[in-house]
Amino acid sequence: MSALRTLARNRRALLGLLGLVFFLLMALLGPELLPLDRMPDPDRRFEPPSLTHLLGTDYAGRDTLVQLVHGSRDIIQISFFTGFFAVLLALAVGLTAGLLGGWIDGVLTALTDVFLTVPQFPVMAILAALMRVGDPVTFGLVLGLWAWPGLARSLRSQVRALREREFIEAARVMALSPTWILTRELLPNLVPLIGVYFIRVARDAITVSVGIMLLGLVPLKVENWGMMLNMATFQSGALYVPRAWAYLLSPLVAIVAFQFCLIRLASGVEELVDPRLRRQA
Amino acid sequence: MARRLLTSLATIAVAMTLTFVLIRQMPGDIVHQWAVQLQMQQGISYEQARLQAAAMINYNPDIGLFEQYFSYLGGLLTGNLGLSLTYRIPVSLVLVQALPWTLLVTTLATFLSFVVGCGLGLLGALRRQSLLDPLLTLYATLSQALPPFLIGLLLLLVFGIGLEWLPMRGNYTPDVEPGLNLPFLLDVALHAVMPVMAFALPAMGDWALAMKASATSVLGEDYLHVARARGLKPRRILLRYLGRNSMMPLVPSLATALGSALGGSMLVEAIFGYPGLGFFLAQAIDRRDYPLMQGIFLISTMGVVLFNLAGELVLARLDPRLRR
Repeated sequence: MSALRTLARNRRALLGLLGLVFFLLMALLGPELLPLDRMPDPDRRFEPPSLTHLLGTDYAGRDTLVQLVHGSRDIIQISFFTGFFAVLLALAVGLTAGLLGGWIDGVLTALTDVFLTVPQFPVMAILAALMRVGDPVTFGLVLGLWAWPGLARSLRSQVRALREREFIEAARVMALSPTWILTRELLPNLVPLIGVYFIRVARDAITVSVGIMLLGLVPLKVENWGMMLNMATFQSGALYVPRAWAYLLSPLVAIVAFQFCLIRLASGVEELVDPRLRRQA
Repeated sequence: MARRLLTSLATIAVAMTLTFVLIRQMPGDIVHQWAVQLQMQQGISYEQARLQAAAMINYNPDIGLFEQYFSYLGGLLTGNLGLSLTYRIPVSLVLVQALPWTLLVTTLATFLSFVVGCGLGLLGALRRQSLLDPLLTLYATLSQALPPFLIGLLLLLVFGIGLEWLPMRGNYTPDVEPGLNLPFLLDVALHAVMPVMAFALPAMGDWALAMKASATSVLGEDYLHVARARGLKPRRILLRYLGRNSMMPLVPSLATALGSALGGSMLVEAIFGYPGLGFFLAQAIDRRDYPLMQGIFLISTMGVVLFNLAGELVLARLDPRLRR
C-alpha cells in the first residue's frame, strides 16, 4: 500500500496511471457503449467534428471515434503481449546465464548481443508480414521475439551481483533449495527492473506495431489505429483533404497520448524503486 | 575488442542464415518462371536456363539443403545478392542507388540532432534554475512518445500540404538535371529537409538530456576550478574544458545512433516516398520481392554492425584508460 501511496504522491506518475486506466476502460467498455457500424455512407465522407460525429468521419463516411474506441483493444493487447513474451524470454535467458555461468553464460551472452544488434524494425516487419500476422497474440510474439535482449542483459548482471550478496549466501548455508532461493530471495529483487522494462517494451510495441500497420504489411481490421493511419496516409488520400484533419490526427494523438502515459508511469515506478531519483522530481 | 569482432561476425552470420531461411519460403517456383523466360529469350535448353536462373536469383532449389546454403553464402560473398523480382535488375544495383540517399538523410539528421542537442544540454546544465531545464525534460518525454514517422507525418501535413513550403515526396524533382550544379543541390537539400527533421527532432531531446547529465557531473570537477583560478577566458573554459569533456562520453552513442537510424529508416522514407534503403525494403516486403528484401536486410545489418564497431573504436581512442 505504501508503494501505491508513494506513486500517487508523484503527480506525473499518477497522471500516467490515470491515463492508462482511461485507455483500459476505453478498450474494455467502449466497444459495448459504441457499436461498430462498418456500413459506408458516401455522402458523409471526411466530415469535420460535429455533435453527431465527435471526431468526424473517415473516407467512407464512418464515425472516427467509434473506430478509435474499437481499435484500442488491438493496440493494448499487442503491447501487453509483446511485453509479456519479451519478459518471459528475457527471464529464461537472463536467469539461466546469470545463475549457471560458465560456457552457457558465454553462449547466451553472445546470443543476446546478436539479437541486440540485428536491426529491430526491419526484422519485425519482415516476420510480421511473411507470417501474415492477424491477431494481437501472434503479433505480440513476433515483436517480443526481438524485444527481450535488453532486459536479459540487465537481469544477468543483476543476478550475478546478487549471487555474491550475504543474504543469498546465508540462504545457501541454510541449505535452502535452489527453487526457494530463486523464487523467494532472487526474484523479489528483480521485480522492479522487470516492471520498468515491461512498460518500456509495451510502449515500444505501440510504435512498432503501428509502424508495421502504417506500411500496410499485416492484414488487420480497418478500425485499428495503425490501419487508420495507413488508410488516412496512403490509401484514401485523407492527407490531402483539409477537412479530414480529425480523421488523420485522431489515431495519431491517441498513440502519442497512450505512450505518454506509459512513459510517465515508467518514470514513476523507477522513482519508486530508486529513491535517489526522487529528489529530482 | 576481439570479443566484439566475434559478436559482429556472428550477427552477420545470423542475418545471412535468417535471410536464407526466408528466401526458401518464397511462394511459387520462381526459378521455373525465370527459366522459362530465359529459355524463350535465348533459345537454350531448359536445364541450362534453369541453372542460369538459379545463379541469377542466387537460390538453387535443385540441390541438397547444405549445398544450397553454401552456394548461397558463396553467392553473397562474391557480391551476388540475386535479382530483384519487381525491378528485374540485380539487387546490388538497387542497393547502390538507394544507399547514398539513406546515408545522406541519416547522417545529416544524426549530426544535426547531436550538435543542437548537446548545445541545449550544455545550456541546461549551466542554467539549472532557468525555465530551460523543465522545458528540456518535457521536450524529451514528448519526443519519446512521438516517433520519427509520426513527426514526419505532422511535418508533411503542416509544411508540405498546409503551407506548401517544402516538396512532399521524392529525393529531387525529375526535371532538374542531376549533377554538381547549384539548382540540383538546392533541390536535393530542399527535399531532404523534412526527412532529416523527422529523424532529428525526436533525437535532439535525448541528446540534450544526456549532455545535461554529463555536463552537470563535469561541472563539479576540480580542473574547472583550476582553470577558472588560472584566469582562463570563460569562453575557453566553456568550450575546451566543459564542452569537450562532457561531450566525450556521448560520442560512442553517436555511432550507435547512426546504426539504428539506418535500421529504422523504413517508415520515414515510406512516408516521404524518399528512395532510400528503407523505402525499397518496405516495398520489397509488400510485394514479396524476397531477393531485394534479403539484400537490404543484410546491408542494413552490416551497417549497424560497422557503426557499432566504429563506436567502440572511437571510445577506445578517446578514453585513455581503455588504451592498452
